[in-house]
Amino acid sequence: MADVINYLLFGWYPYVALTVLILGSIIRFDKGQYSWRSQSSQFLRRKQLMVGSNLFHLGVLILLFGHFVGLLTPIGVFDYFGISHGFKQLMALVVGGIAGVLAFIGCSMLLHRRLFDPRIRRSSSTGDILILLLLWLQIVLGLATTLWTIDHMDGSAMVLFMGWAQGVLTFDPKAADLIIDAQLVYKLHIVLGLTLFLVTPFSRLVHIWSAPIGYLLRPGYQVVRSRRLGREARPNVPGHAAPDAGPIARPEPPK
Amino acid sequence: MKVRAQIGMVLNLDKCIGCHTCSITCKNVWTNREGVEYAWFNNVESKPGVGYPKDWENQERWNGGWIRKKNGKIQPKGGSKWRFLANIFANPDLPEIDDFYEPYTFEYDWLQKAPELQAQPSAKPRSLVTGEVLKKIEWSGNWEDDLGGEFRKRSQDYNFSGIEKEIYGQFEKTFLMYLPRLCEHCLNPSCVASCPSGAIYKREEDGIVLIDQDKCRGWRMCVSGCPYKKIYYNWSSGKSEKCIFCYPRIEAGMPTVCSETCVGRIRYLGVMLYDADRIEEAASVENEKDLYEAQRKIFLDPSDPEVQAQAYRDGVPRAWLDAAQESPVYKMVMDWEVAFPLHPEYRTLPMVWYIPPLSPIQSAAEAGKIAVNHGMPDVQSLRIPLRYLANLLTAGDEAPVAKALERMLAMRAYMRSKTVDGVTNEAIATAVGLDSDAIEEMYRYMALAAYEDRYVIPTNHREWDENAYNLRGNAGFAFTEPHNGKSKHKDIFGGPKRMPPKPYTDVS
Repeated sequence: MADVINYLLFGWYPYVALTVLILGSIIRFDKGQYSWRSQSSQFLRRKQLMVGSNLFHLGVLILLFGHFVGLLTPIGVFDYFGISHGFKQLMALVVGGIAGVLAFIGCSMLLHRRLFDPRIRRSSSTGDILILLLLWLQIVLGLATTLWTIDHMDGSAMVLFMGWAQGVLTFDPKAADLIIDAQLVYKLHIVLGLTLFLVTPFSRLVHIWSAPIGYLLRPGYQVVRSRRLGREARPNVPGHAAPDAGPIARPEPPK
Repeated sequence: MKVRAQIGMVLNLDKCIGCHTCSITCKNVWTNREGVEYAWFNNVESKPGVGYPKDWENQERWNGGWIRKKNGKIQPKGGSKWRFLANIFANPDLPEIDDFYEPYTFEYDWLQKAPELQAQPSAKPRSLVTGEVLKKIEWSGNWEDDLGGEFRKRSQDYNFSGIEKEIYGQFEKTFLMYLPRLCEHCLNPSCVASCPSGAIYKREEDGIVLIDQDKCRGWRMCVSGCPYKKIYYNWSSGKSEKCIFCYPRIEAGMPTVCSETCVGRIRYLGVMLYDADRIEEAASVENEKDLYEAQRKIFLDPSDPEVQAQAYRDGVPRAWLDAAQESPVYKMVMDWEVAFPLHPEYRTLPMVWYIPPLSPIQSAAEAGKIAVNHGMPDVQSLRIPLRYLANLLTAGDEAPVAKALERMLAMRAYMRSKTVDGVTNEAIATAVGLDSDAIEEMYRYMALAAYEDRYVIPTNHREWDENAYNLRGNAGFAFTEPHNGKSKHKDIFGGPKRMPPKPYTDVS
């Protein structure tokens, strides 16, 4: 039974979550972008957001980037550069720990504000509150894993997680077996992380896809749009007569 | 030279009576929705006052508009593009809803449903954001109406810089003017420049600045980027909204709702041609006081054959060129020089211009209480300090404002002489650098102000640019793209592709 649950959660669920994440995001973007936004509440209440949002986003961005690089880079690459598993584990612990604390402080401030500031609470959807609760829980679980990680600083568990993540992405059906013996806290962290992927297309988290990096590449500052695409092919009608074509006959305005 | 056309607006503040009809009609048409209860695309401020939102003119605080860097280039005052992105998680320059006001309604229902009570039932105010009872209403959309409130607070008005403002706190020295405000539909809009998503754009055909509601991601940089604070964050939809210059009406040749309903007939709408290649040059002049002149210089003379020929090549329709020659805006801005941009020092090259108000001085002048020059009251002794108007309209340069006021006084003196005494006094006209024809035309436009003279709006011929058949059923402020016919947008479920073929629509 434990095998089956393990397989469902770590062999099957990742594909469900990723499929929903990718297809769901594409469909939502395609069907209507009016709902595609960050839904910032800074305008309603500045207090707690200035510090909270910056800490939270900074921390989470480091964590996201760290997880992607740390989990998805083949272990061979680290071996090639002579980076020992123990050292990588230490780096992950230190960088992740600091970023995790930043994100935890920020997220806690944002959560406190969302739950207890009447102005924010009343203008929040259930999804807004739920997503913030899930994120807070995920950060807490992530920080909690460090307590167990300290016990095995040789990086052996970490290498197993890397194998699992890379196995999932390479469609290796045995990937789930690699982490069957991992401690519960890691498993909870993974399942909740996948769940966050799953709910992203249905929440405000879609704004992650829209990080406006293109702004830096935009030539100049101004944006002008025209709906006249076929200007040259103007019909030969009075409103478009050339300036030297003589006066346009106009009806006399009513007296 | 690249000729572009824009529908510009002029507001004759001399005739504004502060009735707020423009604001109310605009509100009822465009912002009567959840999330924008606090937003007034058009509002009327009583000046002097801190305005709406509070202290909006203080760009040291909001960092709106542009600054000229040492190398002569302009950049949004909020910072470089990197700085905008770095502030995206929490924008330090963003106003809070309380800087506008917390919107509210009253418990009108209770007045009807209350049971028999010892005291009369009262309608308590309730917040439209939280739904809770507001103990005390501290501020509202027009809190300072007709000089409401203490002078101490109103005197925070930014236009008092360089003025001994304490004098104007005294009852006998006080002054009042109205300032109706809407989006300026700038030639060099800083909201567009500060939008990281590229969702805000200026329409090439008529210069209207719009926010693409589908592309807006709610990064809210435009709210602080606009120095006029005329972009409103809809806290419910999470998107920014702004005055759309009633584009569905403008396209059909009708005036905006605020103009149409103006009981004082103070608003004018007309075509302005401008050289799009020289926008940056005009916005970058070194001295702020030169910005007013610099903007006038990029406006093109619609009766110049060379301009007409280039306009034709650039795709400006003939009807628009004709309308440009009849444009009341052009006459006021270029011919008579009586209209001015609002706060040109923001370097946005605004396209809603203002005729400064005369203060009620004619009778005082006749009683010998005010200095008189050439039979006209001296503008230096007007009730509203010239410096105040100059701070508002010309970045502090008093000479052009004085000239405009003199011309308006000359118009009165000339017409008074003509209609009361029966004498055509050409000398009055020449004294202000005009001739009697110009003065009489000013009188026709500014005093009589017939509907046809105030609004000269050529229609937008969308049917020549798009397949009008496919535009059926599209209302102006709809938030979805047209999903039929030749729309570029095809969704992954193949909506448009499944439309049955239409035999009579092969016109594109």
